[in-house]
Amino acid sequence: MVGRAVTSRDLVLGRLRAALAADTAAPVDVPRDYRQAAAVDLDQLAQRLADYRAHVHRVAEGAVADTIADLLPAGGTVVVPPGLPPAWLPPTVTALPDDGLDHARIGAADAVVTAAAVAIAQTGTVVLDASPDQGRRVLSLLPDRHVCVVRADQVVATVPEALARLTPHRPLTWISGPSATSDIELIRVEGVHGPRQLHIILLP
Amino acid sequence: MPTTTPPVTAPTGVGHLRGDESFPTAARRSLADPQLRRNLRHATTTIRAKSAGVIAEQSDWEQLRTAGAAIKADTLRRLPDLLEQLEEKVTGAGGVVHWAADAVEANRVVTDLVRATGADRVIKVKSMATQEIGLNEALEAAGITAVETDLAELIVQLGDDRPSHILVPAIHRNRAEIREIFLREMPGVDPALTDDPTALAAAARRFLRETFLSTPVAVSGANFAVAETGTLAVVESEGNGRMCLTLPETLITVMGVEKVVPTWRDLEVFLQLLPRASTGERMNPYTSMWTGVTPGDGPQTFHLVLLDNGRSAVLADEVGRQALRCIRCSACLNVCPVYERAGGHAYGSVYPGPIGAVLSPQLTGIEDNASLPYASTLCGACYDACPVKINIPELLVHLRAEAVESRPRPTAESIAMAAAAYTMDRPRLYAAGQRAARLSRLAGRRGRGLPPPLNGWTASRDLPEPPAQTFREWWAGR
Ligand code: SF4
Repeated sequence: MVGRAVTSRDLVLGRLRAALAADTAAPVDVPRDYRQAAAVDLDQLAQRLADYRAHVHRVAEGAVADTIADLLPAGGTVVVPPGLPPAWLPPTVTALPDDGLDHARIGAADAVVTAAAVAIAQTGTVVLDASPDQGRRVLSLLPDRHVCVVRADQVVATVPEALARLTPHRPLTWISGPSATSDIELIRVEGVHGPRQLHIILLP
Repeated sequence: MPTTTPPVTAPTGVGHLRGDESFPTAARRSLADPQLRRNLRHATTTIRAKSAGVIAEQSDWEQLRTAGAAIKADTLRRLPDLLEQLEEKVTGAGGVVHWAADAVEANRVVTDLVRATGADRVIKVKSMATQEIGLNEALEAAGITAVETDLAELIVQLGDDRPSHILVPAIHRNRAEIREIFLREMPGVDPALTDDPTALAAAARRFLRETFLSTPVAVSGANFAVAETGTLAVVESEGNGRMCLTLPETLITVMGVEKVVPTWRDLEVFLQLLPRASTGERMNPYTSMWTGVTPGDGPQTFHLVLLDNGRSAVLADEVGRQALRCIRCSACLNVCPVYERAGGHAYGSVYPGPIGAVLSPQLTGIEDNASLPYASTLCGACYDACPVKINIPELLVHLRAEAVESRPRPTAESIAMAAAAYTMDRPRLYAAGQRAARLSRLAGRRGRGLPPPLNGWTASRDLPEPPAQTFREWWAGR
C-alpha cells in the first residue's frame, strides 16, 4: 500500500478478497433439477394472460387487421415499429411509423402495435426484444394501449425455455398484463404509468 | 500487487441502517397504534394467501429454492472475480462502472455524475440500496431534487414519512390518509380528488407523466446483474421503472455488490422465485433488462455504481454471509408474527423484519443494532418462507451471541428481559417462543452456548415442555 493511491476499486475488491481469505466453505454445485421444459399449452397462455387482465384475441393471421380495427376508434393514431408487417394495420387507422418520433407524439397516440420475441404460457408473459417488428422500448411504453401480436411458434411453456431463446445483449421488456399497483390498501389498480390496456392477438 | 484491506462495516452519520432508538422502545409505540396493526395484519395476511396460491402451482418450488440458494452461495464465494467480470462486460457494452466503498462515497459518485449532466432533478425507481445510503438527502444537500416514482415511495416522500415494508412501503397508510397527503403536497392536484384507489393512482399518473418526460437523469437500483453478459435486471409492477430506465438520457444504477449472479441462465431460477415469493404473482407486470447502452434505444449514458457499505464485513462471517443471498422479496416480513405487530419502522433500518434483524446489525456492526437480533421469537417461519433458504433463526442466534460479547452484561440482560416480557404478555407469541426454546437448546448443543434471551428467560420462568407442533400448524390454527 506504500507509494500508490488506493482506488476505490482496489479498496472494495481488496476488502472482499480479505473477507474470503480464510474461507473454509466448500465449492458449491448448483443442482438444476427444477423443471426445464414442458409441452406448450396455448389455452394456458390465454388464460393466464387474462388472469392478469390482458385482453386476449385468438384469430388467424389474416384477421389481425380487422381485430385491431375493432379495438381502436376510426381515425385513431397508431405507433408503428419499422419492421411491423404492413398487413396487420387496418385502413381505418392513421399509422405513425417510427422514424425517430418524439416522446410527445408517441405518448399522444391511441395505441402501439408490436410483434413479440417470446411468450411464456406458465406465467402469462410476453417478452419484447426491440427487434424491428417491436421497435425501441419507448414505443410500447407511452401509448395508453399496447396491441401485441404473438405467433404460436413463439410460445414456450417455461421461464427457462424463454431465457434460452432470448439474446441478453438486446434490451428486453417482459410484460405480464397491464401496468398495475397494489400500493393503496393492497387493492389492485391497473395502469399507473405504462399502457392501461394490453391486447394480445394470439395467432395459431 | 493487489491491495488487501480488512473488511469494514457501514459508516455512521450517513444513510439509514441505524434507528434512533432500540427495537423494544420503538416497537412499544407501534403496538399502541391499532390502525397500524390492522393495516399490517391485512397486508401480510393478503400477500401470504396470494403467494401460497401461486407457489402451490409450482410443483418444483423446493428444487428452485435449492438452486437459488446454491447459486447465491456460489456467487458469494467468488464475489470479487464475478464483479471484475461484470465490470468488464458492462464496460464492453458501453457502460461506465464505479466502485463505492461506503455510503459517503456512493453518494458523492452519484451527486458528481448528476452534476456533470447539468440536471437539478432526477427521477428514481424504488431502490433499497439508495435508501440504505441516504442518497435522496445527499442529492438534496447538493441542490438536486430526487423524485420517487413508485406510487408507494411517492406517498412516503410526499408525506415526509419513512417506508415500513420492502414491498409495500406505504402499507401503514390507508386511502383517506393518502388522499390527504396528495391534496396537501401534490402540485396541481384536483381538489375534488376522492379516496378511491383508482382515482389516487390516476392522480399520481398525471403528476408524474410530465416529470418522466422532462427529466434527463434517472437513478435506479438493480435486482440482478449477470456477470457473464453484463446484463442488469429490474423487476417492477407500475411501469415507473420502465419510464426511468427508458426515457432519460443518463441512467445511474446503484447496486449492492451481492446482486451479481454468475450466468444468464441463473435468471431462470430467480425470475421464478422472486415474483411468487414477493407479490404472489406468477410474474410481475414488468421486468426490464439492459446491457450497457443500445444505440438509439433508451439512455445513451449508463453508469453502474457497485456498493460495498459493510457488505465485505458481512461476507467475512461464514455464518452471517448467507444474509447476502437475500433477493428482497419480503416473504419473511409477511410471515413474521413480530413484524406483523411491531411494523417496519420499529426496526430503525431500511431493512425491516427478519432479514433486517440479521442484515442491519451485520452491515453496521452489532454494537449499533444490538437489540435487533432479539426482534424475533425464533419461530422459524421466515426460514420456511425464504426463497433462497436463508436460515434466519440460525443467524439470529449467532448474532445474539455476538451482541452479548460486544456489550456489558446488564444491557444484554435488560434487552433479553424486555423481549421476554413482551412475549410472555402475548400467549400466541409465547407458544412460538416455546419452540424457540427448543431450537435454541439445539443451537446450544452445537456449541454456540445458550443465547441470551433464554438464559435470562429460563432462569426466571418455569417453562413447560415445548409443544411438538410445527410453526405452520401453529400459524394455521391461530
Ligand atoms: S431474507 Fe429471504 S424471505 Fe426475506 S426478503 Fe430476503 S429473500 Fe425474501
